Amino acid sequence: MNQKYLIPLTAVFLLFIIAYIGVEGAGLQWFFGIVFPYAAMIFFIAGFVYKVMGWAASAVPFRIPTTCGQAKSLPWIKQNSIDNPDTSTGVFVRMILEIFLFRSLFRNTKAAFNKNASNKLSYSWEIFLWIGALAFHYSFLVVILRHFRFFTSPVPSCLKMLEYFDGIVQMGLPGLFLSGVVLLAATLFLLARRIFDAKVNYISQAADYFPLFLIIGIAVTGISMRYFTKVDIIGIKTLTMGLATLNPTIPEGVGGLFYSHIFLVSILFVYFPLSKLMHMGGVFLSPTRNMANNTRAKRHINPWNYDVKTHTYAEYEDHFRDKMIEAGLPVDKKE
Amino acid sequence: MSDELKPDELLDKIDFAPQKGAESDSVSGNWMNTSVQIRPGMYCYAAKAESVETLGLPNARPWNPLEDDWKLPDNWQEIIFNGLKERLEKFRTFKIFMDICVRCGACADKCHFFLGTGDPKNMPVLRAELLRSVYRNDFSTAGKILKKIPGGQALAGARPMTMDVLKEWWYYFFQCTECRRCSVFCPYGIDTAEITIMAREIFNLLGLNIDWIATPVSNCFKTGNHLGIQPHAFKDMLEFFVEDIEDVTGVDCTPQFQKKGADILFITPSGDVFADPGTYTCEGYMILFKYLKDKYGLDVTWSTYASEGGNFGFFTSHETMKRLNAKMYAEAKRLGVKWILGGECGHMWRVIHQYMDTMNGPADFMEEPVNPITGTKFENAKSTKMVHISEFTADLIKHGKLELDKSRNSNRIMTFHDSCNPSRGMGILDEPRYIIKNVCDHFYEMPPNTIREQTFCCGSGAGLNAGENMELRMAGALPRANAVKYVHEKFGVNTLGTICAIDRAALPTMCEYWVPEVEVYGITELVGNALILPGEKKRVEDLRFEPLPGCEEEVEEDE
Repeated sequence: MNQKYLIPLTAVFLLFIIAYIGVEGAGLQWFFGIVFPYAAMIFFIAGFVYKVMGWAASAVPFRIPTTCGQAKSLPWIKQNSIDNPDTSTGVFVRMILEIFLFRSLFRNTKAAFNKNASNKLSYSWEIFLWIGALAFHYSFLVVILRHFRFFTSPVPSCLKMLEYFDGIVQMGLPGLFLSGVVLLAATLFLLARRIFDAKVNYISQAADYFPLFLIIGIAVTGISMRYFTKVDIIGIKTLTMGLATLNPTIPEGVGGLFYSHIFLVSILFVYFPLSKLMHMGGVFLSPTRNMANNTRAKRHINPWNYDVKTHTYAEYEDHFRDKMIEAGLPVDKKE
Repeated sequence: MSDELKPDELLDKIDFAPQKGAESDSVSGNWMNTSVQIRPGMYCYAAKAESVETLGLPNARPWNPLEDDWKLPDNWQEIIFNGLKERLEKFRTFKIFMDICVRCGACADKCHFFLGTGDPKNMPVLRAELLRSVYRNDFSTAGKILKKIPGGQALAGARPMTMDVLKEWWYYFFQCTECRRCSVFCPYGIDTAEITIMAREIFNLLGLNIDWIATPVSNCFKTGNHLGIQPHAFKDMLEFFVEDIEDVTGVDCTPQFQKKGADILFITPSGDVFADPGTYTCEGYMILFKYLKDKYGLDVTWSTYASEGGNFGFFTSHETMKRLNAKMYAEAKRLGVKWILGGECGHMWRVIHQYMDTMNGPADFMEEPVNPITGTKFENAKSTKMVHISEFTADLIKHGKLELDKSRNSNRIMTFHDSCNPSRGMGILDEPRYIIKNVCDHFYEMPPNTIREQTFCCGSGAGLNAGENMELRMAGALPRANAVKYVHEKFGVNTLGTICAIDRAALPTMCEYWVPEVEVYGITELVGNALILPGEKKRVEDLRFEPLPGCEEEVEEDE
């Protein structure tokens, strides 16, 4: 039971410590700061492409969208052109809403059963998973975009704008970024769901806890560097700019915490294409969502459609001819 | 079974919070280590050898799921591995659905079998994980790497293919009715129906079908319909309905069979010919066609060769589905009809709508369907050239082409059960409602989370409508029945309308068990009651020989 999360939790701790000791004790800055991040990036891109190409290589023999509203039918019947699209425009809108607003998750309900005189099953709108998921993904996106300030010089104005809005609460010094706080809170919420919701707990695997702990580790190291421990920000930028310009250098004075942070991030990149995190690519390709419901209007071609043995009318009539004639049913051959 | 287990006892079993205690002791603390117990009342009998032989499918032999030895070929694991590999290449759905589930649990309490049984392995995510765990072991990179280190298999959530796993697959993939409700809620559209379809294809490679699917398939292949009704008997049965209709209406509605050059070929599930209350829907079709023939000269033919709209091949394999479905186009071509009209059925329509043209088309020997009476072009069916009876009837009503006396149905307090496939694999939602409102006086919707795309399955779809799995069926029907009960108590609903033949077979049993005062009606039966046939006598009874509203005394006097 608890091994499912204790092992991933221990693994994330170990990864943190490996990088920390590796740098502080063994002086392996070049490995954790240069070699591994590069390798992880290459593995991530290659792995992501390989995985998506693998999906794309599989055929789509049938047009089987899940229809979630009224189909295009008679002209006076109002079609739900988003949830049951028959055109590529409709599909586009459906996919945009799915990818950017998690529309299907928005529908989520929670079932309850009252064992009493009425024995009623009831369903209530369950919005928290949707909120948690949206908060998690968007805050993570903002955090990632903010980090581009370490890989660009001069920092583009759009990034500065993003930082401005992210820090709009103007609390503390250095100014608090909302995205980091929301990311940590949302990840903790998703973790709590896995631990305390009996159904979700039952279905969860180590592979569900590991990325959550990993992201918590990343967020915690990042937040502590920004707000609590003194890190050499100039040194870090020298290192990250070196990575970005393919001219890697190891500056003096950057501590182990930073290397642990970047190592955990690198691990996330490596882990990504090997895991369920590939839903990021898969959501675009899911045939139940990205196809138009127009199969009766427009023929879909199955690339591997092959001929099959059927029971022909002639065979049928041969079998039943006498009975058919006797019953007065028309036949093709009288004898 | 339903006699043995009372509704209250069934309800006592329901708990939506899976118990943690039992498996927490095991090494990896995982559902994977709990082995399956195949329990009577929850499974269907094994396919008979002769039914498997008819279609030349592998490993036909007598076997019993309760016995240890399932009499599999020696290389069964290799067959499964190769079967999965082939399907991962042939179906992008399958491959993506194996890879991208994040186990968020949004689907968990959406399945009628989970809601009705509380069995955690009936959560759609877990049903799929039964298969994914083996996929991760044999096909995923992470799984292949991790299984080399001790304990790695558990970390990857992977497990090897064993006989226990196979039995668990079999038990739970025959506890899925491929209704797709989970797919509506999945943020990636993961469709458990698709995964169940693949699992059942694999079972059929090993000869592990259930008899309630295999025998209808065999019948359908040989005689043209699931019930094995031979051509002369099929004609007899419709003629029997002719007599009943004449008793009620005074009009002879004799149908035509295999008429070459007819305008329209009509195909409906054979269940409508065979058993009440589907038979009344069948009488409704006959009345409608008689009316259209007399009023507008529309020439509709039936066929004993293509006498099955349903397709249990769909629950066997894509190939078997294609083999059975081929009859529709073959017969339409042989008879030279303009287009095909299909009766009320659920999975039949998913096959027609999403598969038929692709598998057995192009249907270039027919015309793009136009309703000759109203001039309406059925644009949405211009390639497949098959129109749904509800689309057809709604169009006729909208154009005022049907003379209806809806007071004849005024004793029917209606609600409408959306069937899974027409809702989630097609989107035919408002047509039947429009018809109901035009032929009935009273119509009340069930709660919004239980209708349209969120509708609940009857619990007996995808070939699970057998007698021996009654506990499973009644548990699976609970969410639907619960919503029916709600409108029954609130609005006095006494009639559950549907456009599916499996529903007409399954829902009466459900109602008897959970909501005894509600009857099940096909929509075309209601049309048949309301339609005023040219030259009909004064009707005092409906098609079920029950007195029409206001005619109770007259009927009593006659008797």
